[in-house]
Amino acid sequence: MAGSPSRVIPGFSLTLGYTLFYLSALVLIPLGALVLKTTEMSFAQFWAVTTDPIVLASYRLTFTASFLAALINGIFGLIVAWALVRYEFPGRRVFDALIDFPFALPTAVAGLTYASLYLKDGWIGGLGPRIVGGVNGLAGLAGLSAPLAPEALDWLTFPYTGGTAGIVLVLVFVGLPFVVRTVQPVLIEWDPEFETAARSLGAGSFMIFRRVIFPELFPAWVSGFALAFARGIGEYGSVIFIAANIPGKSQIAPLQIVTKLDDFQYAAAAAIGVVLLFISLLILLAINAVEHYARRHERAAA
Amino acid sequence: MNNWLSRRTLGAALGVIALFGAAPVSQAAQVRLLNVSYDPTRELYTHYNELFAAKYKAETGDIVTIEQSHAGSGKQARSVIDGLNADVVTLALGWDITAIERAGLIAPGWQKKLPNGAAPYTSTIAFLVRKGNPKGIKDWKDLFKPGVQVITANPKTSGGARWVYLALWGALAKANTHDFSTAKGQAEAVAAGAAAKDFPAFRNAEVQAQVADLFNNHVPVLDAGARGSTVSFAQKQLGDVLLNWENELWLAQEEFGADKFDIVYPPVSILTEPPVAVVDKVVDQRGTRAVAEAYLKGLYTPEAQNLAGELHYRPRSLEALKKYSAQLPNIPFFTIDETFGGWEKAQTTFFADGGTFDQIYKPAK
Repeated sequence: MAGSPSRVIPGFSLTLGYTLFYLSALVLIPLGALVLKTTEMSFAQFWAVTTDPIVLASYRLTFTASFLAALINGIFGLIVAWALVRYEFPGRRVFDALIDFPFALPTAVAGLTYASLYLKDGWIGGLGPRIVGGVNGLAGLAGLSAPLAPEALDWLTFPYTGGTAGIVLVLVFVGLPFVVRTVQPVLIEWDPEFETAARSLGAGSFMIFRRVIFPELFPAWVSGFALAFARGIGEYGSVIFIAANIPGKSQIAPLQIVTKLDDFQYAAAAAIGVVLLFISLLILLAINAVEHYARRHERAAA
Repeated sequence: MNNWLSRRTLGAALGVIALFGAAPVSQAAQVRLLNVSYDPTRELYTHYNELFAAKYKAETGDIVTIEQSHAGSGKQARSVIDGLNADVVTLALGWDITAIERAGLIAPGWQKKLPNGAAPYTSTIAFLVRKGNPKGIKDWKDLFKPGVQVITANPKTSGGARWVYLALWGALAKANTHDFSTAKGQAEAVAAGAAAKDFPAFRNAEVQAQVADLFNNHVPVLDAGARGSTVSFAQKQLGDVLLNWENELWLAQEEFGADKFDIVYPPVSILTEPPVAVVDKVVDQRGTRAVAEAYLKGLYTPEAQNLAGELHYRPRSLEALKKYSAQLPNIPFFTIDETFGGWEKAQTTFFADGGTFDQIYKPAK
């Protein structure tokens, strides 16, 4: 004990025991109970519940929307992190603090706010008719017939058209901090000298980004992407406010679970949850493998 | 909020008096009751609780404090089954109380323990339209006019929306109706409900196609709860007509202004009967049976019936009903018992997995 310098915090067995207890009590036991609940059903019942076309459609929607949202966050989160680290501008600290906002705000509030912004008489959704009215009014003054159809800009009011756009929008909101916060520390550590060196060797801007900067950021970026993606899959509160919730079209998988619960079908709800969990696990494992591969590659290159 | 606060403060003050006060107060027992109810009844029970507490104190000297819990009816039933210690449940539909009964918490036969099938007040399903009724929606068939958008909640998750679905189906199937403004009409309805053996409405393929058409082509959004659909229509300005509880429509008018909406009564609708029951297992454990039973019986007293009428529920008492007839216009009603054979049949045919509602949204293969 005294000889080991790495044990700053005492008690390997104590901390390990605590870790195991903590993870078991909070994660493993509830998940085990969830799986156990499904054993109340026969396999045929389980299969019937989890492959119902409406349930399948809800999985598809959940995973597609979460993936798209994570991808958008992956691209724009990277830009945001870059701007926050590399440039000095007024209000930078405020913007930096704002990034964490989605962590703190109840997501139902976010969903409601987005929903009302994009409605027909909301700030953004209401712009369409106003712009059309203004343009047509001006054209009328100039003696022209109305150049815009009344519904020309109706696409500004998208959440209730039953599409995935509104759902992706709120998932981008709830997933915003992840990519920014994982990439930021790597960028702070990053020495711009490498860029200067690459440039002196004749590399163009795109080449520098692709061959020098991005490989360094990649593992962190992948973790950020995975976290944002996982967050999107579990999100419920904000989505039910902005989606039309039409079965088979705009119902997310967590809403299917709540629907089953409200009908007192506990085992069926657990079955959908288990499938959701299983797919998420596979995806996270795949993403981890990519990350692992990237890190090893990076070490080999260094 | 104010009400809640003041009752809390009052409760605390009384508690202090009971602790430090002199002998006369120490005789009085303190009882707490938990009433687990559904979404729109907040106002009704806030007022009724005050009424009951005052009356109970006058009669027995005991101080009773009633706590209320409100959410979607199905969710509330689930909470009680999962161990929420409710002394009484006052839910949106009989099926949810049956679910609690099947979990072994309420003894069978609860519908018989109180008058009128244990539903002390009723309501109905009506329409809320934009001011001046620009789309001319007056009857159930007007919902099918081209371009009309209908706002209702999801019957899988909302008790109110299940009543909406039954009202629509029954009206389209031309269900047999009764005049509930007379004792004779009410007695006939009860007799017809008890005698009904065959329920042709279920087999009406034409109605099934119409209902599917309505949900597929006229319903743009399905909120999870009845209150959510009111918000969609009134605040988010979605749709041309809201189908909801009559009391919920009145509330929307009071909240958002009578100059924005009109309430439209269709020529016929369903008599919605939200039932109440004592949770036997909980009251026996807590020793609150006497006060819980008195609490529910009290809902049938003239004061409580008037209160229900004032808050836009339909009183069972004919005098109270008459008193509020200006705002609760009499229209012919059909009942769930006579038209659909009660909740169990309606639930399994319409709303259970694979029922007619699921078939509406089955994606084409």
